[in-house]
Amino acid sequence: MPEQLDQRRPNLGDYEDVCRKFSWERAAKALAGLPGGGLNIAFEATDRHVVEGRGDRIALRWIAQDKATREFRYRDLATGSARFCNALDKLGIDPGDRVFTLLGRVPALYIAALGVWKRGAVLSPLFSAFGPEPIKARMTIAEPKALVTTHRLFERKVKPILGELPFLKTVILVGGGEGGEDLDELLADAPDTCDIAATRPDDLAILHFTSGTTGRPKGAMHVHGAAVAHRATAEFALDLKADDVFWCTADPGWVTGTSYGIIAPLLIGCTMISDEEEFDAGRWYENLEREKVTVWYTAPTAIRMLMKAGSELPKRYDLSRLRLIASVGEPLNPQAVVWGREVLDRPIHDNWWQTETGGIMVSNYRSMPIRPGSMGRPVPGIEAGVVHREEDGSVTEIGTADEEGELALRPGWPSMFRGYLHEEERYRKTFAGGWYLSGDIVKRDADGYFWFVGRADDVIKSAGHLIGPFEVESVLIEHPAVAEAGVIGTPDPVVMEVVKAFVGLNRGFEPTEELRKEILAHARKRLGPAVAPREIDFRDSLPKTRSGKIMRRLLKARELGLPEGDISTLESEK
Amino acid sequence: MTDADLMDTVMTTFFSVAPDLEGEPVEPEETFRKQFEIDSMDFLNFIIGLSKTTGLEIPEKDYPSLQTPNGAVAYLRARWDKAV
Repeated sequence: MPEQLDQRRPNLGDYEDVCRKFSWERAAKALAGLPGGGLNIAFEATDRHVVEGRGDRIALRWIAQDKATREFRYRDLATGSARFCNALDKLGIDPGDRVFTLLGRVPALYIAALGVWKRGAVLSPLFSAFGPEPIKARMTIAEPKALVTTHRLFERKVKPILGELPFLKTVILVGGGEGGEDLDELLADAPDTCDIAATRPDDLAILHFTSGTTGRPKGAMHVHGAAVAHRATAEFALDLKADDVFWCTADPGWVTGTSYGIIAPLLIGCTMISDEEEFDAGRWYENLEREKVTVWYTAPTAIRMLMKAGSELPKRYDLSRLRLIASVGEPLNPQAVVWGREVLDRPIHDNWWQTETGGIMVSNYRSMPIRPGSMGRPVPGIEAGVVHREEDGSVTEIGTADEEGELALRPGWPSMFRGYLHEEERYRKTFAGGWYLSGDIVKRDADGYFWFVGRADDVIKSAGHLIGPFEVESVLIEHPAVAEAGVIGTPDPVVMEVVKAFVGLNRGFEPTEELRKEILAHARKRLGPAVAPREIDFRDSLPKTRSGKIMRRLLKARELGLPEGDISTLESEK
Repeated sequence: MTDADLMDTVMTTFFSVAPDLEGEPVEPEETFRKQFEIDSMDFLNFIIGLSKTTGLEIPEKDYPSLQTPNGAVAYLRARWDKAV
């Protein structure tokens, strides 16, 4: 009865009232805790439900590429992950060791993630569209002992760099094959109960990599205690309830794919949908109808592609079960919010967070009117402000409405990152004056709604993911023809920004179409399509500061025909 | 234009979007996405490229027909025949 669903009270009723009464200590009581003391995400996500009599509920309905579906009950995830935990133990993977996954949306992903946490090890999911270079960069920082992937991905992306990963002791292959342990055999040989590691709330559980403007990628460290925030934010921002059918479309290689694609729905005890296939408009509407999805968490890029596929298509499907649509990744344009209301008959609730925050921080809620284009208001328990960074490193809070500044959060929420692995200095730099500084420029209106304006740095936002220009430039200049490279994001109506490279050539190389293709091929091979530039332009020289840094800001201003701003540090361009 | 010519157009366009894959074996009945592990953006750029090369406007709703090399050839053939 969809009408009944629609009319049920939202989890978050009166916003001001809930904010006033909320405390993280009280929110923590929603978790059971390990029977012998401690907190472990995997116990909360699986065994707890079995212990409390919900083991037969469907935890995961997985849709294969050929549209065949497979169901996993909470009991199945509990035993499967226990087997994986035992297998890790047998392979010599100890608590605290890092285990990477390089997988698409396949059932093994869920078993592996939960099994890693049961072992007390640290999960680090990689995006399967990464090329060998981003994989190597991330692994070199975290030094994982084990990698879970498929034979195909292993052959293409890991084998070429295997010699440079001496710390990697074990490769586990989903579906078996040469070069690693066969996952199915490992699971079959392992007992289906295990001793769940008695992790504490502050013990490391997840390592999520993100990109900065300069230097190597940053491994944001998250702890088991983050589960308190995963659960509370899913209840507030996604209105998630135990009888929901929840579909989070995010790739498992990004933070959303873990926080809300694995953890939050399992904590709440609902049924999650996972589709192995990538975006396809017709298939997605079909999924919503066939699986009777009630809460759908997706991304602006996908929504804009659905809009392009037309308003007629969704009319062929019964979407009446949908109670809430939410979106994250980059600001959702007002037209998309309106389109949701007109075509899907539901508004789309935008929210904001990032790898470092571990969970949703600012959101539009079912119980509050949406302001199209706004990211909403802070989740209960979160204090958000707008600040100016001063030259001396201090910050001042902006009190007036509608003035631009950096979005800042008061540290202390449970899913806050606890550091960048081996990068204490970079971690420290993200805090000032008692605030965590997000790097996003925003405005807050008089009613407390936040509005995204842009990034404070040169990081590129493409299809919901952050791409560090430095990582791309480093690979470009490894090509023998390339002397220098500057990488920027250019505006795109669907994915927000597209990676574009400006390249200066070494003496003796001509800027031909042939060479452009060759450099593009080099970049794609090393970085993978998700990170590599889609466009390469040749330049005689690139604008640089006197200290020799390429001025990406200026490249971008010129590319877009914008004012060049302060160019006092510009060195001559010869 | 023979089907072989059309296949040549299709694959040349595809490899200009993803030059790193040039030289890899092509399975005509398998989707581009699956056999080459390209993403949605690559696929979109491939269609835009095809549209430019052939001068045909390819509407969004036709994209599913172009997911495999053979599918793309058949699609171009059908549009071609209609135009003649």
